[in-house]
Amino acid sequence: MNLTLHVWRQKSRDTNGSFATYQASGISPDASFLEMLDVVNEELIAKGEEPIHFEHDCREGICGSCGMMINGTAHGPMGGTATCQLHMRHFNDGDEVWVEPWRARAFPVIKDLIVDRSPLDKIIQAGGFISVNTGSAVEANTLPIPKPVQERAMDAAECIQCGACVAQCPNGAAQLFTAAKISHLGLLPQGQPERYERVLKMVEVMEEHFGSCTLFRECEAVCPKEISTEFITRMNKDYLTAQVKR
Amino acid sequence: MNWFGNFYRSALGKKAVMAVTGVILFGWIFLHMVGNLKLYLGPVHLNEYAHFLRAMGSPAVPESFALWVSRIVLLVCVVLHIHAATVLTIMNREARPVGYRDRDYPSATYAARTMRWGGVIIALFVVYHLLHLTTGTVHPSFIKDDVYHNVVTGFRVWWVAAVYIIANLALGLHLYHGLWSMFASLGVTNARVSKWKRAFATTFAVVITAANVSFPLAVLSGLVR
Ligand code: HEM
Ligand code: FES
Repeated sequence: MNLTLHVWRQKSRDTNGSFATYQASGISPDASFLEMLDVVNEELIAKGEEPIHFEHDCREGICGSCGMMINGTAHGPMGGTATCQLHMRHFNDGDEVWVEPWRARAFPVIKDLIVDRSPLDKIIQAGGFISVNTGSAVEANTLPIPKPVQERAMDAAECIQCGACVAQCPNGAAQLFTAAKISHLGLLPQGQPERYERVLKMVEVMEEHFGSCTLFRECEAVCPKEISTEFITRMNKDYLTAQVKR
Repeated sequence: MNWFGNFYRSALGKKAVMAVTGVILFGWIFLHMVGNLKLYLGPVHLNEYAHFLRAMGSPAVPESFALWVSRIVLLVCVVLHIHAATVLTIMNREARPVGYRDRDYPSATYAARTMRWGGVIIALFVVYHLLHLTTGTVHPSFIKDDVYHNVVTGFRVWWVAAVYIIANLALGLHLYHGLWSMFASLGVTNARVSKWKRAFATTFAVVITAANVSFPLAVLSGLVR
């Protein structure tokens, strides 16, 4: 396949970026989007040009580092996939593809398609953990947890912190991320002691960096793990309960 | 008050306040629509109803007392609703200063995306509407206490009717998203309620809009004269 790419190039945080156009030729339909960029980069390197910088690690949809905006949609047109799992067969020969970094005030561009997603870590640091004494792991079966609860907690825990929810949201809101993190702990017995304190702290840090939810549900549509906005409702409930309790 | 200030400082708190004030305004707009249906029963009924609104509660309380209480409640709701919306809009603009070259909305509805401008249109309309049918300031032949006459002669002017129709279509879109999203803002996770929230929002948005739009149309078409 042959494609025309328009890729955002930006030298550093403090410089202005712009789109550059590249031809991606002889791409296998079985290549992933990142592999297609690898091919383009090989050519750039051979010509002595600076390759396109993008973040990647696992290339199997579990580390969350590979996010980019493809034709105006986070992680591209497929839904339920990270960019590394998006295959070129979902594009047509001759397509024009626009590739941009995540855009949000909280996510400044570091270089080309790489952004600084550390504000998400700050939300986790505010309360996305369970305080327990360390030691050998507790025997799993000593804490009975009903199957539906386990599964719901797992649905939330699938979040890979890629930031697509923020990138897609016209408000730059991190509600889906924060709600998923709050819920996977708050649904389980281990998360109960700090449940309400956690939601207050995490929401406070979230609001320092990100926008506010208008229920567009754009985040849910692009989330590579298809995390439901119902967790946002659940977060709101815990937040309101926590406010009433305090 | 301190507690409320603290709560309202957070964006999630503002959303909850928008939902609660929105529900109150919705309850009011629904009753207003039902009351207006008396237009179809003729001048005697509509004017009696308008008189009833003023006399509500009397002689236990002074004439117009209940009316003024509800006006104050509505005003507080409108102010909070608009204040929260404005502050959150500014917060959201700041959180996303740079947009994309080309963006898709795989999920957001037209109603959701027009909440802000829709809200502005409705607010401007309310001001016009009060000057038109409550105070009569901008009404060419206003007769105090003859509500039927004011409505009918008002709507005979085609552009006045058009203003009412457009504002009420904007209201319909606003309700279509708002009556659904308030459940999330208030943290209603109950599965049985959640199953019905889309149908609830759609039904009330359609019923209120259809009835309100029918009044100017009925006058324009000569059905109500
Ligand atoms: C075609 C649709 C509508 C008609 C025929 C209508 C008619 C009226 C009339 C006749 C009054 C004056 C009642 C009186 O003097 O006792 C009134 C008052 C009012 N209307 Fe409407 N209305 C319509 C739609 C709306 C909408 C969409 C809104 C706002 C979203 C609205 C907000 C108000 C308000 C705030 C008042 C003042 C209530 C008070 O007395 O404090 N109306 N309306
Ligand atoms: S590279 Fe790890 S999720 Fe895509």
